[in-house]
Amino acid sequence: MGKVIVVTSGKGGVGKTTSTAALGAAIARTGQNVAVVDFDVGLRNLDLVMGAERRVVFDLINVVQGVAKLPQALIRDKRIETLYLLPASQTRDKDALTEDGVARVIAELRLRFDWVICDSPAGIERGATLAMRYADEAVIVANPEVSSVRDSDRIIGLLDSKTARAERGERVEKHLLITRYDPGRAARGEMLTIEDVLEILSIPLIGIIPESEEVLRASNIGAPITVCGHDSPPARAYNDAARRLAGEALDMMVPGEKKGFFNRLFGRRAA
Amino acid sequence: MNLFQFLRPVKSAPVARERLQILLEYERRMVSQSALITVLREEILAVVSRHVTIDPERIHVKIDRGDRGSTLAVDVEIPDRPAAAVRR
Repeated sequence: MGKVIVVTSGKGGVGKTTSTAALGAAIARTGQNVAVVDFDVGLRNLDLVMGAERRVVFDLINVVQGVAKLPQALIRDKRIETLYLLPASQTRDKDALTEDGVARVIAELRLRFDWVICDSPAGIERGATLAMRYADEAVIVANPEVSSVRDSDRIIGLLDSKTARAERGERVEKHLLITRYDPGRAARGEMLTIEDVLEILSIPLIGIIPESEEVLRASNIGAPITVCGHDSPPARAYNDAARRLAGEALDMMVPGEKKGFFNRLFGRRAA
Repeated sequence: MNLFQFLRPVKSAPVARERLQILLEYERRMVSQSALITVLREEILAVVSRHVTIDPERIHVKIDRGDRGSTLAVDVEIPDRPAAAVRR
């Protein structure tokens, strides 16, 4: 049985889709079967970020409504053969998603894949609540900025109350992924530090993605950053985050900071 | 305003941090309070309904937070016909 992860944030534009593609590709490259699922019905973009926009035939809504079978809608990545995309519909709206329909599709994905990574739409409406509904774990993507941190706090509350796991009295394990971090600005007191964000949200950190031109370059050419930007700082940070998601205990490096200090801090936070 | 203020870097992050801490403390309390009200409302409705037939829309639960404590106000409208009482 595969593990279901939701990549969520509340706020839009913080890097959910970029992170879904990057983490999915990083895990799939280790040989495990990964499906990335776009829940942003009406505003799909995961297909574009992954370079599969011209190969979409059927989508999540078609599968939910029984118009297409799951294997017909899944698109196999051209670079990594264990990576698949289930795109969202671009022409329908989010009301076409039903709770039972999503439950069926997620259950089938769990049987076929080791990892099912759901890219949530922004907001806290139906699309976002259904994307998190059947998740075992959540990656909360946040920028070190007030509105993103506030919205992350709200999403954490929803993960603890509105998911199937929460309703059964179980926990959805949560991981914080900080993106667009600028160590120089943080050091000068112009940006919330990693420590600030961790103290406010108090959930364990899974990675810090530094602000980088490489991220835009990757989306321009339609390849996950962990595929096309092999040795760039954001690619390395996403690869490390993927390994932590898979359960490895790796030292956390804050860009531009000495290692020792932060390891103590991370050890404390992650406990 | 003197020259040194221009030379000193502006530290806005501590302001952001403090504003967030204050705001989120408030918002978390509000969210947990509204969850509490939902649960109280359902359970009070269940208890009262065992004895009296009431309209689920006519029950209001409110919590007022004061400096020295909070008050819980429950307002249940009961139809004034005795026949409405549930026989056991």
